[in-house]
Amino acid sequence: MSKHTIKNYGIETRAIHAGSRPDSETGARNTPIYQTTSYVFDDADHAADLFNLQTFGFIYSRLTNPTVAVLEERIANLENGRAAVCCASGHSAQFLAFFSLMEPGDRFLASRNLYGGSITQFGTSFKRLGWHVDFVDATDLEAVKQAITPDHKAFFIEPLANPGGVVLDTQALADLAHENNMPLVVDNTLATPMLFQPFDHGADIITHSTTKFLAGHGTSMGGAIVEKGTFDWATAGKYPTLCEPDPAYHGMRFFETFGDFGFSMKTRCVGLRDFGPAMSPTNAFNTITGIETLHLRMERHVQNALKVANFLENHPKVSWVSYAGLPSSPYYELAQKYMPKGAGSVFTFGVKGGYEAGVKLVESVNLISHLANIGDTRSLIIHPASTTHRQLTEDQQIAAGAGPDVLRLSIGLETADDIIRDLDEALS
Amino acid sequence: MTALSYANEYLTDLLQSVKTVAMVGASAKTNRPSYFVMKYLQGKGYRVIPVNPGLAGGEILGEKVYSSLSDIPHTFEMVDIFRNSEAAGVITDEAIALREEKGIKVIWMQLTVRNDEACVRAEDAGLDVIMDRCPKIEYGRLFGELSWGGINSGIISSKRLKR
Repeated sequence: MSKHTIKNYGIETRAIHAGSRPDSETGARNTPIYQTTSYVFDDADHAADLFNLQTFGFIYSRLTNPTVAVLEERIANLENGRAAVCCASGHSAQFLAFFSLMEPGDRFLASRNLYGGSITQFGTSFKRLGWHVDFVDATDLEAVKQAITPDHKAFFIEPLANPGGVVLDTQALADLAHENNMPLVVDNTLATPMLFQPFDHGADIITHSTTKFLAGHGTSMGGAIVEKGTFDWATAGKYPTLCEPDPAYHGMRFFETFGDFGFSMKTRCVGLRDFGPAMSPTNAFNTITGIETLHLRMERHVQNALKVANFLENHPKVSWVSYAGLPSSPYYELAQKYMPKGAGSVFTFGVKGGYEAGVKLVESVNLISHLANIGDTRSLIIHPASTTHRQLTEDQQIAAGAGPDVLRLSIGLETADDIIRDLDEALS
Repeated sequence: MTALSYANEYLTDLLQSVKTVAMVGASAKTNRPSYFVMKYLQGKGYRVIPVNPGLAGGEILGEKVYSSLSDIPHTFEMVDIFRNSEAAGVITDEAIALREEKGIKVIWMQLTVRNDEACVRAEDAGLDVIMDRCPKIEYGRLFGELSWGGINSGIISSKRLKR
């Protein structure tokens, strides 16, 4: 073995093994659920070093927990990132990511094609903290060039967007972000690292709702923030929370001290510590178990989604299907380029008859579940205009791909023909 | 510049072979990285000798501070450099000259410190050279502690961890 030779493992191997060596004390092969709030100190000096972040170890499960840490390393590894921080939900992941970047009065840029909850979080709740978002049509590079300014602290996109079936030119958007000295922050929830690797295409930070495909079984809420570790926060010159002395840690500078995982340390040791949306160890365990089959599940999710999308595209009561895996999609080429293994299993279609027809369909299905989630083993359906996107104006709904006639499907792992029959019966 | 990569097995062997470290650029300030790297390494059983001309004669964490590598009156296997990349070249040459007298085997340059020319000179003189890495972070990564903070160790193993 030479000095510089690194052993590489495939993503399937890493989905099962990364972060989870056998327990050092007991040899337990699976990751134990460390259902504990706190951890004893060796002595007062050890406690002081831990509180000063000068040694590695556990203090309190709001900050770190051994089970959650396995999940964090697993996700960081699958995304080819340097570090990850897990938290209670995808929404808290976004909150914590921005808390490490923003000061009151700051602005950031975001794609308008986002999960409706993200649009509400950014446009309404963040505003009350003095964090201002400018939404842009990120499918239009010229529009982004016009909108982006060096004053923006981040550019947030969802490359495979929920619910619109939109795929973005991630590398081109990353280049624009970097020209303006800001990180590209990517919500990779819908694609998962099995279908799309944002860090290979210019992204600097990834957020996840682990609630969805990563956990995969509709059991456990969770979120994650992943750091690539190559963004130079100091040279960018506009991130005092990362580069200036932190009064809560005796004047420590996070970027200087922790380098390529400084953003993650800041996010954990300040954001997670002070706002408290910790992930439970049991949810982490469920999510770790889910990820061990992520590669197999995503393969079948994509196969089933393509079959269902093909069926709907040829159905007389369906006016359109927006699935980037269909050659008819305007985003087919981008999907082939960025996610050749498949464009996920969440997509939208329009029913003839508008809002009322949409409501009637969700009430008529028998196998597919009418609920507000995605990324389950079960197939799911929702009418966004009457549920997830109902807080938006009709213009915002249409801009987000969630107009009155739109239905969103999250295709599960049942027999594809059963899913198709259920939709066929409900449509007729 | 090409990215540096060091095999896990190589770093593990190296960190297990070293007993005494001369730390150039050691600080007495408790919030400086050099101070808590020194403290961490002491906790893992290493003896760390601080080198800093401005603090020579004083003590850091129970160890006497020397003004240069040549002043240290005993052997040490590793030089850990907490100085800028240019200064690292001068220190490396000093270490090459002292390698037989002091038993020096390893030059370790801290995170962000890299001097490729000095690296070639030291390797030609038979020394092992690590650049742009922190021994505390690498020790923590290889022996499982860094993973506690959600950091990607890159390690895949079905073997129980032995520290």
